[in-house]
Amino acid sequence: MSIDRNGKGKAKFDQLQAFIEEMRLEPGALMPVMQKAQEIFGYLPEEVQRFVAEGLGVTLSEVYGVATFYSQFVLEEQGEHVIGVCMGTACYVKGSQAILDRLAGELKVEVGKTTPDGKFTLNATRCLGCCGLAPVMMIGDEVFGRLTPDDIPGIVAKFR
Amino acid sequence: MDLYRSHVMVCGGTGCTSSGSVELIRLFEEGIGQAGLEKEVRVVRTGCFGLCEMGPIVIVYPEGAFYARITPENVDEIVQEHLLKGRIVKRLLVSDAVKEDDTIKSLDEVDFYKKQKRVALRNCGVVDPERIDEYIAFDGYKALAKALTEMQPQEVIDVVKASGLRGRGGAGFPTGTKWQFTRNAVGDKKYVCCNADEGDPGAFMDRSVLEGDPHAVIEAMALAAYAIGADQGYIYVRAEYPIAVKRLQIAIGQAREYGLLGKNILDTGFDFDLDIRLGAGAFVCGEETALMNSIEGKRGEPRPRPPFPANKGLFGKPTVLNNVETYANIAQIILNGADWFASMGTEKSKGTKVFALGGKINNTGLVEIPMGTTLREIIYDIGGGIPGGKAFKAAQTGGPSGGCIPVSCLDVSIDYDSLIEIGSMMGSGGMIVMDEDNCMVDIARFFLDFTVDESCGKCPPCRIGTRRMLEILERIVEGKGEEGDIEKLETLAKNIKAAALCGLGQTAPNPVLSTLQYFRDEYEAHIYEKRCPAGHCKSLLQYTIDEEKCTGCSLCSRICPVGAISGEVRKSFTIDQSKCIKCGACMEKCRFAAISRK
Ligand SMILES: Cc1cc2nc3c(=O)[nH]c(=O)nc-3n(C[C@H](O)[C@H](O)[C@H](O)COP(=O)(O)O)c2cc1C
Ligand code: FES
Repeated sequence: MSIDRNGKGKAKFDQLQAFIEEMRLEPGALMPVMQKAQEIFGYLPEEVQRFVAEGLGVTLSEVYGVATFYSQFVLEEQGEHVIGVCMGTACYVKGSQAILDRLAGELKVEVGKTTPDGKFTLNATRCLGCCGLAPVMMIGDEVFGRLTPDDIPGIVAKFR
Repeated sequence: MDLYRSHVMVCGGTGCTSSGSVELIRLFEEGIGQAGLEKEVRVVRTGCFGLCEMGPIVIVYPEGAFYARITPENVDEIVQEHLLKGRIVKRLLVSDAVKEDDTIKSLDEVDFYKKQKRVALRNCGVVDPERIDEYIAFDGYKALAKALTEMQPQEVIDVVKASGLRGRGGAGFPTGTKWQFTRNAVGDKKYVCCNADEGDPGAFMDRSVLEGDPHAVIEAMALAAYAIGADQGYIYVRAEYPIAVKRLQIAIGQAREYGLLGKNILDTGFDFDLDIRLGAGAFVCGEETALMNSIEGKRGEPRPRPPFPANKGLFGKPTVLNNVETYANIAQIILNGADWFASMGTEKSKGTKVFALGGKINNTGLVEIPMGTTLREIIYDIGGGIPGGKAFKAAQTGGPSGGCIPVSCLDVSIDYDSLIEIGSMMGSGGMIVMDEDNCMVDIARFFLDFTVDESCGKCPPCRIGTRRMLEILERIVEGKGEEGDIEKLETLAKNIKAAALCGLGQTAPNPVLSTLQYFRDEYEAHIYEKRCPAGHCKSLLQYTIDEEKCTGCSLCSRICPVGAISGEVRKSFTIDQSKCIKCGACMEKCRFAAISRK
C-alpha cells in the first residue's frame, strides 16, 4: 500500500484530517486520533505519525513515544489474517502454549511476525475475555475455542 | 412497554457471543415469527448469566428454564415444544435442573447459583442492556433521583462510608473515605473516573457488568459526581472489549436523551456528562495515576504519589477513580441503605465480591458471593470441582500481583484481610484454578514474563529487577537451576517490593514469593533433582518406550514430527533423546500404552 498523503492514500488522509479537526480542542486528543489512524490505515507508518503530529501540533517524538508504549499500536503492516492466540492465565493453564507452538510450526513463522507471503500474522495476546472457552484464539474477528493442537491444521487451511 | 407471556433470554456476553449466540437470536426470532408468536414471546439479548462453561445459554421465563450449550439445531425444538406447546425440553436443560419428581428447579436452586448473592450483577442476564427503560423498570436511576432531591452531597458520602464498601479494583480502599478526600480538596474543577481497564489476564467481571448493566455504572458515577462536586466523568475501557464499549455508548446516548446526563439533570440544577476513553493494551494503565496520564493522551506511565488523585488527579484536578464493580454497588447502597449492605459479608469486608472462575474447574464463569464464603465452597459447591477427577493444587487470585492458595488453605474465608494473611490478595476478582498437572514454578515464570513485558520501564527496580527474576526462573524450568537460585529470588523480591515506583513493581514478586512459600519442594525438585513433579516442564521430561509393551506397529515413528523414533517393524522401537522435542504426540497415539513420560 502506498502511504503518500497526496498520492493513492489521499482519501485516507482526508478522512483522518476530518477526525483531527473534530478532536483538536478535546483534552487528551492524541490517543483517540491515533486509534482512528490505526483503524483507517491498519498500522502507523512514519508518514502517518508525522501527519498526526502536525495535525495536533505536537512533536513527532511524542507521537512515536505513545505509539511504542501501547501494544495495540503497530508500526508494521499486518498480514491479511491476524491470528491472536490467548496467553491469558486461564488459557495458559489449559495449554495455550501448545496451540501457539503448533501454529508457529504450521505457518513456519515466529510469534509476532508475518509470513513472507503476507497472509498471516501470528501474535500472542492477552485475555480475550472468553475464558470459559479456553484455550482460545482469534483469526480476524472470528473466535475459536476449546482448542487442541490437532485442530490447528484444519482451521488454518480454511484461511489459506 | 408491551406485555409478553414469555421471554427468551439469550446471553449476549463475550463468551456466549463467541460460541454463536447471535445466530441463535436470529433463529429464535425467525422461528417465533413462523409460529406466529411474535406478539406473545420476546427474545432478549442480555448480559452474562455467569455460567460461561455451559454457553451459549438460553433462559426462558416465566418458567426459568435454564437451557445450556444450545446449538442452532436445538432452536426449532424449543420453539415448537416449549414456546408453542408449553412443554419444557428437559433434555436440553443444564444437567442438575431436573428434580427427582421430574419438575424443574428454579434458578436459585441450581447448584451453580445456590450459594451466590447477586448485588453487583443483579441486572446481568435480567435486563436488555441496550434499553434504558428496562433498567428504569428495575429501580434504575431511582437512587440518583433520591440523592438529587432528598439528600445533600455530604449525606451521600456518609451513607457510602457507613456501608463499609471498599474498592473492588484490588487495593480495597474505603470508597466513602476516598470520596470525602476528593470532596474536601480545593479545586475549580473535579473529575469522576471509572477504571474499566481490567488488566488481570483471565478476569472478566468488569466486562460483564458493562456488557450486562451499563446504566448501573453511569448512575453511580453521576452519584459520585454529585457527592464530590464534579461535572465531567471519563470511563477508561480496554479497547479489547468491543461489546462493552458499544453498550456503554448506547447507554450514555439514552441517558442523555432522558435527561439523566447533561445539563440540569432532573431539573435540579446538577450538571454531569460522561465520555469514554479507550485503552490501548497496556496493563500498567490500570494503575490509577498511569490511567490518568493515558486519558490525557500521554504514555501511560505512573506518577509518584503523593500527590494523590484526590488532590491532584486528571489534568491536575481533584479526581475520584473507582473500579466498575465498586460503582455497580453504589445505587443499591443509596436505595437500600448502609445497614442493608453492611449486613452482608464479614466485619471488615462488607458486601459481595464477583470472581471470574477459570482454569481447571468444571463451571468456568462468573460468580458473586458474599464476602466470607470459603474458597472450598467456591471451588466445589459453586464451581463443581476439578474436571477429569484430577486433584486440586492451587487457586490463583490477584493476577500478576497476587498469589497461589494451596490445598491446606481451602477453608480460608474470602475477604481482603484473610487473603493478605495467607500471602495472596483479593485482587480485582480473577480466580484461576490449577490441578496436579500444572507446574507452580512455571506459573511463577508465566506471571513474571507478563510483568517484564508490561513494566513501563520508568523505574529501574521494576524494569531490571523483574527481568533478573525472570531469567532465573527460566533457567530453573529449563533444568539449569543452580544452588542459591532460590535465595537470589528472595533477595530480589524483597528489594523490588521496597523500591519500585508503583503498584505494578511493588507487587510483581508476589507470585514467586507465594509459590516459594507453599510449593518450595517443586522449586527444589527442579533445581537439585532436575525433575518437574507435575510433568509439565518439557526440558525436564523424558519419553521412553517400554520394550515389553511395544508391538512394533511403527505408528509412533510415523507420527513423530522430527523423526526421533526408529526401529524395525514388529520389533521394539526406541526414541533418540537428542532429537526428541517432547511434544508428546507419540504417547498420545500409542495404542498399547507402551510410551511413558518421566
Ligand atoms: C499495575 C496495576 C494495575 C491495576 N489494574 C487495575 C484494573 O485493571 N482495574 C482496576 O479497577 N484497578 C486496577 N488497579 C488499581 C487502581 O490503581 C485503583 O486502585 C483502583 O482502580 C481504584 O478503584 P477502587 O477503589 O474502586 O478499587 C491496578 C493497580 C496497579 C498497581
Ligand atoms: S485467558 Fe484466554 S480468554 Fe481469558
